[in-house]
Amino acid sequence: MNILVCISKSPDTTSKIAFTDGNTKFDENGVQYIVNPYDEWYALVRALELKETIGGNVTIITVGNAADESIIRKALAIGADNAVRIDAEPTDAFFVASQIAEYAKKNNFDLVLTGKETINYNGSQVAGMIAEFLDVPFASQASKLDVNGTTLTLEQEIVGGLQIVEVSTPAVVSCAKGMAEQRIPNMRGIMAARTKPLEVIAPSAVDVYTSFESYSLPDAKKACKMIDPSNMAELVDLLHNEAKVI
Amino acid sequence: MKALVYINTNHFAAKASFEAVTYAKKLGGEVTVVAYGKAAGAEALGAYGANKVLVDSSINDADNQQITRLVASAVEATGAEVVIFSHDLVAKAVAPRLSVRLKAGLVSGAIALPETGNGFTCKVNVFSGKAFGNVAVKTAVKIISLLPNSIQPENVGGTATVEAFNGNVGAAAIKVMDTKKPEGSIPLPEADLVVSAGRGLKGPENWGIVEDLANVLGAATACSRPVADIGWRPHHEHVGQTGVAIRPNLYIAAGISGAIQHLAGVNGSKVIVVINSDSEAPFFKAADYGIVGDAFEVLPKLTEALKNFKNAN
Repeated sequence: MNILVCISKSPDTTSKIAFTDGNTKFDENGVQYIVNPYDEWYALVRALELKETIGGNVTIITVGNAADESIIRKALAIGADNAVRIDAEPTDAFFVASQIAEYAKKNNFDLVLTGKETINYNGSQVAGMIAEFLDVPFASQASKLDVNGTTLTLEQEIVGGLQIVEVSTPAVVSCAKGMAEQRIPNMRGIMAARTKPLEVIAPSAVDVYTSFESYSLPDAKKACKMIDPSNMAELVDLLHNEAKVI
Repeated sequence: MKALVYINTNHFAAKASFEAVTYAKKLGGEVTVVAYGKAAGAEALGAYGANKVLVDSSINDADNQQITRLVASAVEATGAEVVIFSHDLVAKAVAPRLSVRLKAGLVSGAIALPETGNGFTCKVNVFSGKAFGNVAVKTAVKIISLLPNSIQPENVGGTATVEAFNGNVGAAAIKVMDTKKPEGSIPLPEADLVVSAGRGLKGPENWGIVEDLANVLGAATACSRPVADIGWRPHHEHVGQTGVAIRPNLYIAAGISGAIQHLAGVNGSKVIVVINSDSEAPFFKAADYGIVGDAFEVLPKLTEALKNFKNAN
C-alpha cells in the first residue's frame, strides 16, 4: 500500500503564545517546533504499522521552508521511507492543501493520512480539501483504521458516539486519538533518517482565499475567587448573581 | 448578505442550529436553510430568521461528499454569498470540501460575526484557545463554520416556507456498518453547563456524585483524559486537547489538576469552577471560582445548595 502522510510543524504545547509586528505575526522567539502531535502519533505511526503488516511505502510531505527539515528528519527517524518538502511558507489551509493535492495526484497514493487538526490553527481543513481536490472519499476523525485489500474499515467519531464505516481506496483519512501509540525514534532510526531521500519541490501558484490579518490574546484572567468548602450556598449565589450563569 | 445555512438532518430543534440561523440573519440578507432527510419541524427555524428551508428528502443518510454536493447545489440555486455551518464533526468534513468545490475561502471555528467595513474578516480561536486570530476572506463566496455557544440565538418570530429540493447528491462512497450512540444525553459541545471530573474521584463507582450535580443543574457530564483512557468513563466525554473542545457558560471541574492539555479543551468556557484538594493545582490559575476541598464532600454539598436554590427560585 502506497501511503502519503501529511505532516505540519506546530509549537510545542508548553510554548508561550505571543505575537510581534503589531500583532500580525506569531512570535517564534524561543519557540520549539515539533511535528504536530496528531500527524505524528496517529497518522504517521498507523501508516508505519500498516506498512509493517501489509507492505508498501510511507512518504511524508510538508509545506514549509528549509528550517522545517528538523521535523522531516524526525518523521523519517520514526520510520517513514522518504520525504517531500514543498518549498513555501504555509500561508493558509487552502494553499497547503492545493500543493499537497497536486503532488498526490501525480503519484497515485492508495491512502492519504493527516492528523485531525494542527494544535496551532485547529482548523481541520487540509484533509477535506485534499479529498475534494482528488475527488475521493474522506473519512474524518478516525480513531481506528484497518485495511483489507482495497477496503478500509474505520471507526469514526460522530457527535456523542462512534460509527463503523467502510470505504474503498483511494481515500483521505484524518486521524484522531486511538489510532496508534506514539513511537520514540531509536538511534538506528535517527542515523538512517540522515540518508533517506528528501525531495524539495517548488510550489505552484494558487489564488489566496484567506489570510490571517492579526492576532490577539484573551484578557488576563481575574484572580480566582476562593470559596470555603463548607459554604456552597455562597458559590451558588455567586454563580447566580455575579457570574449570571445559572 | 444573502446567506445559506446547512443544518444536520433532524437537527431543526437543536440549539446549535438556532445559533447558526441567528448568525445568518444578522448578516442582513435573505436566509435559506438547506438540509436532507425528514422535513418535519423545519418551519420552526423561521422563528430565528430563516425565510426558506430546502429539504432533499431523497436521502436519509449522506456522506461528506454527498452533503458537499447538496450544499453546492443550494448555493447555486439561491445565489448565497455566505454559507454557514455549525462547527461540528460534519462541518469539519464538509466545509473544507465545499471550499475547494466553490472556490470559497473558509473561516473554520468562527466565534463572532464578521467585520465588513473594510473587506470581510472574522475572529477565530487559534493555538487551542490560547489566542484569537482575525481571518480575512478574499473570495466572492465565503464559508463560515461557527463554534457552538459563540452567539445567543434570537427568536424573532415568524415561520419559514419549506420546499422540496433536489441536491443532485449522487451515490454514497462511505458505507455505514454500525452506529454506537447513547440516547438522551446532552451533546457535550452544545451543552451550556458542564460538570467534569478526573482521577481525584478515585474510581468509576464514585461518579454518582458527579451525575447528581449534573442532574440538578441540567448539565452534561465530562471527564479528563486519564479517566477516559483507563475506561472509567466513555471516550466521548473526554474534554481537552485530544478530546472534545467545549465552551460552555459554566464548567465545573472536580478532581482535575488542570494540565495545559486539559485547559486547551475548556479555556473557552465563560465561567470555570475548580474543586481540588490540592491548593497548588494549576487549574486554580485558570478558574473564576475555586474551592480547596475534598470532592467527595464538596460535590454533594454543592448539589444540596443548588437544590435549595432551584426550590426557592
